Amino acid sequence: MNWLLVLVGGALGAPLRYLTDRAVQSRHESAFPWGTLTVNVLGCLGIGLFTGAVLAGAAPSELQLLLGTGLCGALTTYSTFSYETLRLAESGAALQAAANVGASVLAGFGAVLLGDAAASAAWG
Amino acid sequence: MPEPPPAEDPDVDLHLPAHRAELRSGRASLLGAVALGGALGAGARYGVTLLWPTPHDGFPWAVACVNTAGCALIGVFMVLHEELGSPHRLLRPFIGVGVLGGFTTFSTYAADTHTLLSAGRPLVALADLAAVPLLALAAVAVSARATRACVARVRNAEGAR
Repeated sequence: MNWLLVLVGGALGAPLRYLTDRAVQSRHESAFPWGTLTVNVLGCLGIGLFTGAVLAGAAPSELQLLLGTGLCGALTTYSTFSYETLRLAESGAALQAAANVGASVLAGFGAVLLGDAAASAAWG
Repeated sequence: MPEPPPAEDPDVDLHLPAHRAELRSGRASLLGAVALGGALGAGARYGVTLLWPTPHDGFPWAVACVNTAGCALIGVFMVLHEELGSPHRLLRPFIGVGVLGGFTTFSTYAADTHTLLSAGRPLVALADLAAVPLLALAAVAVSARATRACVARVRNAEGAR
């Protein structure tokens, strides 16, 4: 059952990343990977929220596997993030590459804190 | 001579006509390939964390290694994919977006850092926060370069024949 929850979450998260990335990219022209930054921050917000809800006893722990490990895990990505950063660095945009790493790490971590705080406020 | 920059984005790159068109030519098969890959990748990641459990106040080695390995693999895959010339239209969506995107995770990485802080391990949290991006970027840079060098060597050998 646990495996099924992770697989279903993963099967939902990856297409959601693809579609979100497309939608974000279609709204601007820049080479900066705003789409991946968006899905990574959204996924971090989600995992903070779901983990907080489970810890507060407001949601069953299976929800953590479906929505945390599966959905948010597959919605977010390290492989695309790192490859896009490499692309920026190799195309001479070293500053944008560094900004992408700094923004992703800080915004991702901040989103987890925000999600957790929201869960504590709602169910804590 | 500087190496040519990798041109294609693993997820989707709307600057490329082929990527812009791919959702129109078979939406169900494209999203199906991404979903199947995502399920396999997320399942593989879950399997690694079951085989290699990490205490909640210890360095999350399993997720760090999953992310580093996934970044090394995307470097190899994307270079080979561009070398193929006319790869199958579902190959990048399945492997790049689905399997490797589902295998690696940014959310668990960030959430682990928060868990470590809550467990009173700020130094381990900081080490995780800083080390994983460095490992991931080193992995993707080394793997992409090594794959390009291998491809160039094979090309030269073929040209000499």
